Amino acid sequence: MARKTAARQIMLEGLWQENPILRHTLGICSTLAVTNLLVNTLVMNIGLIFTLTMSCTTVSLLRNLTPLRIRMMVQTLIISSYVIIFDIVIKAYLPDISEALGPYVGLIITNCIIMGRCEAFARSNRAWPSFLDGLAVGIGFSLVLFGVAFVRELLGFGSLFGYLVMPETFTPWTIMIMPPGAFFTLGIYVWLVRSFAGSAEPERLKM
Amino acid sequence: MTNIDPGTLLFAAIFTNNILLTNFLGLCPYIGISKNLRSATGLGLAVVFVMTCSTGLNHLIYYRVLVPFDLTHFQYIIFIIVIAAFVQLVEMTIERYFPALYQLLGIFLPLITVNCAILGASLFMVIREYSLIQSLAYGAGSGIGWLLAISAVGAIREKIQKTNVLPKGLEGPGITLLITGILSLAFMAFSGMVQVQ
Repeated sequence: MARKTAARQIMLEGLWQENPILRHTLGICSTLAVTNLLVNTLVMNIGLIFTLTMSCTTVSLLRNLTPLRIRMMVQTLIISSYVIIFDIVIKAYLPDISEALGPYVGLIITNCIIMGRCEAFARSNRAWPSFLDGLAVGIGFSLVLFGVAFVRELLGFGSLFGYLVMPETFTPWTIMIMPPGAFFTLGIYVWLVRSFAGSAEPERLKM
Repeated sequence: MTNIDPGTLLFAAIFTNNILLTNFLGLCPYIGISKNLRSATGLGLAVVFVMTCSTGLNHLIYYRVLVPFDLTHFQYIIFIIVIAAFVQLVEMTIERYFPALYQLLGIFLPLITVNCAILGASLFMVIREYSLIQSLAYGAGSGIGWLLAISAVGAIREKIQKTNVLPKGLEGPGITLLITGILSLAFMAFSGMVQVQ
C-alpha cells in the first residue's frame, strides 16, 4: 500500500508540482522550435519521453558503479546513446518527419531536463521510482508543449494535425508559426499558470 | 548552399538567423542567467569563444574522422565529447594563465557544456554542409548573435526589476519570454537583408 502511494506521489509531482516548464523553465530549447505543427511536436515528445525514462532508469541502475567525479560524463553518454537509437528509428520509419525535425532530435541530448532529473532524482533512487519519475516529468513536459503547439497550429494554419478546422473565412495568423509566436504563447501560458496556481520559484533554483 | 561568402554568413548568423531568436537554441541559460547585464555579458563572451572553436574543431573531426570511417551515426556522442573536453581544457588554461579573465568567465564555463546552442551550431554546420571557413564564420556569428540577445534581455530585465508594475505571475520566466518574443519580432526586420539557409 505504502509503495502504491509513493508511486502516485512521484507521478503527481512530475506532472504538476515539479513540472519542468511551468515551474523551472528548463529544457524548452530543443523542443519549442518544433511546436508549430502538432505532428512534429508529438514525435519530438515521444523521443523526449523515451530518452528521459530510459536514461533515468539506466542512471539509476548504474548508480552504485559510477564514480562520483565522472558521473556527468557517464550520464551524457547514456543520454546520447538513447537519442541515437531514437534518431535511427525515426530516420528509418518516418523519414519526412525526421527531415522536418532536422538537428532538433540530436539536441535532445542537451535538454537540461534529462540531465536535471538524472542528477536530482535517478542518481539517488532505485530503478522503479526513477522510471516513474522520468515518465511523469516527460508527460508533464509534453502536455505543456502540446498546449503551445495546439494554439500555434490552430491560429497559424487554421488546422489541427493537418486537418483544416477553422472556417474558410479565417485568416491565418502568420506570426504564430514564426518564432515570436512561440515565445508569446509560452510566455502567456507560464503567466496564466503562475497566476492561478500561485507558485514561487523554488529557492534553490534561483541564481 | 556551399558557396556563401563567409562575411555574409557571419552577418546572417548574427542578425537574420539568430540562433536564439529564430532557432530557439540556448534558452535555458538565457532565461536563468539574464537577471543582470554583467553576468549576461560574461556568459555571452564565453559562448562566443567556445562556439567558434568547437564548431571548427567539430568540422575537422566530422570530415577527417567520422566520414572516412563511416561513423556519422555517432556524431552526437563525438560532438558532445569534443565540446565537453574543449570546455574543460579552456577552463584549466585560463584559470592557470589568465586569472583576471577567469574571474569574469570562470563560473560560466561549466554551464556551457550543456548549452544547446553550442551543439546546435555544430549540427547545423553538418546539415548545411559548410566548409571549414564557413563553419568558423557561422560559429562566431551565432555566438555573437547569442551574446547580443542575452545582453539586450539582461539590460531590460535589470531595468524592469527597479519598477514595481509586473503582475505576480509574470515575474521571472514569464516576462523574459514575452520580452524575447518582442526582440525576436524586432530581429525579423533584418530578414529581408540577406537570405541564407
